[in-house]
Formats: sequence, C-alpha cells, structure tokens
Amino acid sequence: MHGKALPYLLLMPATLFLCIFFLYPFALVAFEAVTRDGAFTFDNFRTMAGSWKFPVTVRNTLLLAAIVVPIQLTMALLMASVVSRLETGRSAALYVFAIPLGISDLAAGLIWLAIFDQSGFLNTLLSSLGVVDRPVMFLGYQSKLTIFIAVALAEIWRATAIMMVILVAGMGLIPKEYYEAAEVFGASPWQRFVRITLPLLRPSLQTAIILRVILAFEVFAVVAALGGTNLPVLMGETYNWQFTLQDRNVAAASALLILAISIGFTLFFLRVLRVPKEARI
Amino acid sequence: MAEIAIKGVAKRFGGFTALHQVDLTIADQEFMVLLGASGCGKTTLLRIVAGLERPSQGEVWIGGRRVDHLPPRERGIAMVFQNYAVFPHLSVFENIAFGLRMKKLPQQEVERRVNRTAELMHIEQLLKRYSGQLSGGQRQRVAVARALAMEPDVILMDEPLSNLDALLRLEMRAELKGVLAASKTTTIYVTHDQVEAMSLADRIAVMHQGRIVQSASPVEVYRNPAARFVGSFIGNPPMNFIPATKAENGSWTVAGLTLSGPKSDKPRIEFAIRPEDVDAGGEGLRATVRVIEPLGPHTLVTCDVEGGLFRAILDSNASVQVGDDLRLAPKPDRIRWFDPETTNAL
Amino acid sequence: MSVATETPVAGIADAHKAGDWLLIATAVLLCVWVLLPIYLLIVNALSSPDQVTAFPKRFFPSFDLGSLSFFINFAGVARALWNSVIVATLTMILAIGFGAPAGYALSRFDFPGKGTFRFLVLMTRAFPLPLLALPLAVMFIRTGLDDTAIGLALVHTTLALPFAVLITFSLFSCIPVELEEAAWTLGCTRWQAFRKVILPLALPGIAASAVFAFTISWNEVFAAAVLTIENRTLTAFLLQSLGESPLYLKFAGGAALVVPALIFIFAVRKYLFAMWGIANR
Ligand SMILES: Nc1ncnc2c1ncn2[C@@H]1O[C@H](COP(=O)(O)OP(=O)(O)OP(=O)(O)O)[C@@H](O)[C@H]1O
Ligand SMILES: [Mg+2]
Repeated sequence: MHGKALPYLLLMPATLFLCIFFLYPFALVAFEAVTRDGAFTFDNFRTMAGSWKFPVTVRNTLLLAAIVVPIQLTMALLMASVVSRLETGRSAALYVFAIPLGISDLAAGLIWLAIFDQSGFLNTLLSSLGVVDRPVMFLGYQSKLTIFIAVALAEIWRATAIMMVILVAGMGLIPKEYYEAAEVFGASPWQRFVRITLPLLRPSLQTAIILRVILAFEVFAVVAALGGTNLPVLMGETYNWQFTLQDRNVAAASALLILAISIGFTLFFLRVLRVPKEARI
Repeated sequence: MAEIAIKGVAKRFGGFTALHQVDLTIADQEFMVLLGASGCGKTTLLRIVAGLERPSQGEVWIGGRRVDHLPPRERGIAMVFQNYAVFPHLSVFENIAFGLRMKKLPQQEVERRVNRTAELMHIEQLLKRYSGQLSGGQRQRVAVARALAMEPDVILMDEPLSNLDALLRLEMRAELKGVLAASKTTTIYVTHDQVEAMSLADRIAVMHQGRIVQSASPVEVYRNPAARFVGSFIGNPPMNFIPATKAENGSWTVAGLTLSGPKSDKPRIEFAIRPEDVDAGGEGLRATVRVIEPLGPHTLVTCDVEGGLFRAILDSNASVQVGDDLRLAPKPDRIRWFDPETTNAL
Repeated sequence: MSVATETPVAGIADAHKAGDWLLIATAVLLCVWVLLPIYLLIVNALSSPDQVTAFPKRFFPSFDLGSLSFFINFAGVARALWNSVIVATLTMILAIGFGAPAGYALSRFDFPGKGTFRFLVLMTRAFPLPLLALPLAVMFIRTGLDDTAIGLALVHTTLALPFAVLITFSLFSCIPVELEEAAWTLGCTRWQAFRKVILPLALPGIAASAVFAFTISWNEVFAAAVLTIENRTLTAFLLQSLGESPLYLKFAGGAALVVPALIFIFAVRKYLFAMWGIANR
C-alpha cells in the first residue's frame, strides 16, 4: 500500500524497454555515423553530401514539408471547427475525419496511385470532361511536378487527421464561457476564432505542428508508391544507402541528419509557440 | 469496543505541514465531528485514521490496537466518501455486498445483511439498479448502507452530505443520526457546516490550520470557546470582540463600560460576547447603529462600537433607526475574555 | 412595434440558417475529401484485373473478385498477411504489458523521477523512430532476432509504447481514486482493488489502446522493410514488390491494408482523444 518501490516497479518494464530499444539504438546510430571501420571520421557525412542526389533530396523533403504542413494546419483547424460546431452527426464526422489516422503511408500512396495512375480515375474524369483526349502520364519520370503534387496531396490527405484529433482535443479543453463572454461583448464568429480559439489553442497547435513536421521528414512510403525513385526524399535515400548501396555508416549518417533536422524544428517550434505557464488555461 | 486514540499525529506534504501534533481521543460509540474551515486538515486527519494516508509522525490506535502501520482493510473501519464512491460497474446490491464478499461471508449471510441495511436506509427497491441510475441522495444512501453492512467498529465520513441539496441534507442528517446511534459504532464525521456539526455531534473537535483548537460538546464549544478562533468561526453571526483596557486589577474598560473580568497583568485584553447576549438600553456598550436587518423573530442590528463592527440580535419590536446611538448591555454570565496574544480564553 | 422587432430577429435567424448550411456543406465536402479516395481504391480492388488497367474507367465496382483472388493466391501474400497479424499481435501485447503498468503508476503516484519518465516518453515522439531500426538490424543479427516476428514487434513496440502509456495514463486518471480507496476500506488489497474495481472500468479503454498499438504495427513500413527478409509483413511485402507487381495487385494489397484500418479506427474512435488531451499539458 505505502510501498515506495511500487511505482518504480511498475515503471521498470517500460523504462528498461525504452532504454534498450530507444536510447541505445539512438546512441548506436550516432556512433555508426561518425565512425568507419572503428575509426572516428566525418567521411560518412561527406559521402552522403557528395552524392549527386543529395541536394535534390534535401530540397524535396524540405519543400514538401513547407507546402504540406501549412495546408494541413489550415484544414485541420477547419475540420476541428466544423466538428466542434456540428450538433447532429458530430461523432460521425469525427470518425470520418479520423479515418486516415489508421491508414498507413503505403496504403495512402496506393490510394492516390489509383487516382493519378495513367489508367487512373483522374484521367477518366478529365477525358470524360473533354479536357484531355488521351490519358496523361502523371507519374512518369519526366513529370516531376505532377509527382510532387500527387505526393503532396496524398500526404495532406493522410496526415491531416492526426492534427485534427490533437486540435479537437485542445478545443474541448477551452471552457465554453469564454466564447459566451466574447459573444456578449459582440465578437463575431471569426473574431472569436482569432481572438479566443487560436491563442488558447497554442499548446495543442504546438504539439500538432511538431508532430506533423517530424512526420513530414519521415515521408517515405507515399513517395515510394507514387514516385518510385523519381522524387528522392531523405528517408528513401537512407533506405537506399542501407540496402541498395549496402553502406550502413552512410545510412546512419543520413538517419542522423533526419534526426538533427527533426530536433532542430522541434526546438524551433517549442520556442516560437511557447506558452508561458501562467497563461495556460 | 472501539476507542480511537490519535497521539501526536503530524502530516507534512513536502514542505507544507497539513497537521501539527494532533491529539484526540474518541470514546467507544461516540459521535465525533471534525469541524473547521476549508483546508484546515480535516480530510487529512480522517484519511490518516482510515489508513489511506500515512502520518509523518505520531500514532493511531483503534480499539486498543496500534494501527498506523496497517492497511485500511485491517483496521476494522468503514468509510463514506464525499463523492460516495459507489462502484459504477456493480449493482446497488453488489455494492453493498462488496465488503462482505471480500470477507468471504456465506451467500446467505451476505443477502441477509444487504437486505437489512438496505431496509434501514430505505433503498430496498433500488437493489438491482446501477450507480448511474441513482439520484445523489440515493447514491449517498447506498454509500452509507455499504459501510453499515460491514458492521464496522468505526465509521468514518467525509462531508457525506455536502453534495446534497439543502432540504435533502436536513432529512438525511436526521436519518443518519438515528441509524448511527442504533448501530453503536464509533463515528468520526467531517464537515465544515457548523449547523450539521451541532446537530449531530456528541463532541465537536474544532480544527484550525492543522491543529485541534477545542474538542468539547456542542453547547460547550458554543458557549465557552477555548480560543478566539472558535468563537469567530462558530455561530451565525459569530461572536463580537472588543478591545478592553485595564481599569484596575480585575476590572476592564470596554467601550465606555467598566466590567469586572479576569485578573491579568496585561494592559489590554479582548472582551467577547455573542450577538444574542446583549439587551438594548440601560448601562451598556456605546454603539451607533449602521444597518438594520429584520429577520422575523429577531432583528439583526449591525453597529459601530469603538470603531469596530458589532452585531447584536435584538427583539423584533425594539424600535431602532439607522444612526441611533444605543446602549447595549451584555449579559454578565455570557461575557468571555480572550488573551489577544495567545488568542486563548482567559 | 411588433413589426419593428420581428425583422431583425428574422434577419438573425436567416444568418443562422445560412451559417448552418455553410457548416453542413463544409462538413460534407470534407467527408467527401476523406472518403472518395478510399472509395476509388475499393472500386479498383473489386474490379477484375482487366478493368483495373482499362481506360476509361467506371466509377462503380463491378464486384469482380478477380483482383482479390489473384492477390490472395500470389506467392507470399498469405504468409505476409499472417506475419503482419503475428507482429501486430505481439506489438499489442508488449505495448499494453509494458505501457499499462506505467500509465497506472503515473496516474496514481507522485514520486521523484516521474517527470523524467514522462519526458522520456514524450521525447520518443520527437524522433523519427523507424530510423532506429537501422542499428537494431545489426544488434538483431548478433542476437538471432533478425528476420523474426518478435524482433520486428520489439521495434514496433517502441512506436506503440508511448501511446499505450499516455492513453492508459489518461484512462486511469479518469477513474476517481476514491473508488479504489473505497475498495481498500472494504477489505481489498491493492491488487484486489485493481482487479475488481479499476480493471473492469478501464477495460474498454485498454482494449482500445491495444487496438491502436495493433494498428501502428499493422501500418508500419520502414522498419518492417529494414528488419525482415523472409518473414515479410504485408507492408514490407507490398513495398518490395512495388516496382514489379501489376497494378491490380497493388490495389488489392492497398485495400487489404485499408479495410482493417477502417475497422480499427471505428473501434477506438471514442479514445482517439485520450492520447492527446492530457499529453498537451
Ligand atoms: N496530497 C497532498 N499534497 C499536498 N498538499 C495536500 C495534499 N492533501 C492535502 N493537502 C493540503 O493539506 C491541507 C489540508 O487539506 P485537507 O484536504 O485535509 O483539508 P480539508 O480540511 O479537508 O478541507 P475541505 O473542507 O476543503 O475538504 C490543504 O492546505 C491541502 O492543500
Ligand atoms: Mg476535505
């Protein structure tokens, strides 16, 4: 009952597990990235950065994140507002909006492949509307732009749900009285959204953005399904170094780069969207 | 036989001391009420007796057995929680039977006891329902029945009536008193409602900032507060306090009136009187009327005495007006004196 | 007088009505955005192989099981499906087995080190965890865990464990401590009180977080592709065969990934918020 050891006993399995399968491999990646054949070196990073694909890869990954995340944030806010204002069909809408949460990035890639493929639904639609007379090859190797658009759409489609769920949860924590008070003082719905919802939602926005940005750097299977190697991204390159090129150390260096970018952005958003303790609900 | 003895119990939460050196003995079958303002440590003390909290120091004895190292289940207690803690996944019957089943009583005995206590608490017709299908008052009855069914030596109750509406509270109060008296258990009952405390208690322990300031019968606590706090906390409106300066040894000047009081070498002490213990007219305290509130049977008059507020309860037909200068004569046998430094009664 | 007051009231009512319609239209549009792509994938999966590659396409399924039966009978698919189920089940057991005690400890005790543990758990979310499969691949080869279901399940558990901890933490926090204390005063030991009072109340939520853990593993692509060779899971199998396999195989495979996901999300819909609502603070 009063055993001081009980909480530690209960935490022990999870802690040990995270140490072995989270902290330890993390240390290993870091170690492999800066060594080769047991000697300390930066060669792995040089090899990685020296590859002709590297600049394109970084550019694609960052550009994708820069385009996808703001659109997702807007859509997630829209979804969350819609859900919180619906009276009937609220839980149904919530379920539908949350569906992509359970869908893997690979499946999402395949779903959008069904649309963008040469024999896909988009071509059928366009030709029945008379826009095109022959099926267009959207995902061919010379149509980088449409591949990019398809990947962006698939990413937006797939990963808006996670932000939406975080934001809906956050909105649920904002007491109704604030809105009522603002309404009494004559605030329009839009003003209420900007003046009350957004500021009070800051902690949730922070969580949602950080999580989403990290996921954006992890983009991998969607690209694999839609673009193959035509749209190289960081995670895909890491996979290539490990398997196609069989170089563990460079793969580790590449992994470390993704980690570094993720942590960098996490810290950035933690700072930018910081909420002082006194100003929380 | 279950006498409860709390000996030198203290409780610290980190750097904060919730209880300082509490000593209290509760006789077998006594109904003890812990009364005090919010945050004074009533719940903490009760939980220490229950074994839900461990004292930082001191001892707890129940029925001649030292129990402070024992878990709740081995202390022979039952408890009624403020939010009732009726298990939502069990029917009322199973809720009442819960403790009996833990004791592995035969089914027949379980049924007998559940039915008996359910009858006692007038909830026979609810036995098949679940917590979600009960009103607050019914849930409260289930919680009490569940405790009574254990036939415990000691029942502990933490503000069991505070979530009920005023009328129901009145009804349940009377009922609880009857039921608990019949069950012959020792009871510790926590409340911050002084009327509830007065009406239920054999003895009231008044708590203030982690200490027991006075424990005595309700009338004693009301008439002879052991400390200034007790007088100012109990009674509605509370006791009046006026500074008194020494006239000569054993007599004191209070608002223009010289009264005989305790012998003390202090130059100033405090005079105290309950609002209903003054009469208008004659030799009395000089008072200027500020507010008049007719309350039906009496009139509550708020006056200015020596620059401080003074409340008096006067007869309804006393004809006073705002601004009047009054003389308020204290009943000599009801005057109390307090030491302003220790705040204790003199 | 009555006329003068009625007009603005009617005006406001009209504005409300227009607002309602806008709200409903937005909700419907967003639902279509989420559901239509899934529908199109299902149409493909339920069409014959010829129809899948044909042009123009029909927007309704022909309910031809050709694609699906080809998929099921394709070499390795049945095995991959089975592996996916095994790995996901193991992940579920591990994540709940380690996570639920930790969640309980966090919700019921205050103890030195609690903050550190929560930080460790939250930190895992700031990392692209699948990357950690790279160093683990080497470790697994040494320990004989390579290419085994349990090895992959261990990595997937790193992904699922933080969620399991957070969800169970919020579940247990929602059950009043008094219920447990009441059970203690009525003669229960700590374990009995947990089993007779807390467990029955938390069970639906625990089941939901188990399903969530299952879903995470079911959907994971990168680590699965890195860590398995012979014993591929469905996602790893599909990723591997993306280059060579025919379209209808991909779509049938995509549907095989998506349909269980729809069910999973439906099963856990009530608990989607538990994992973020509190984690925000
Ligand atoms: N677990 C705890 N940790 C820290 N401080 C606590 C804890 N429990 C109680 N306290 C503090 O101890 C003091 C006494 O609390 P307690 O709950 O006993 O008050 P109470 O007299 O029952 O008040 P109320 O009438 O409001 O229920 C309070 O100041 C409270 O803040
Ligand atoms: Mg209390």
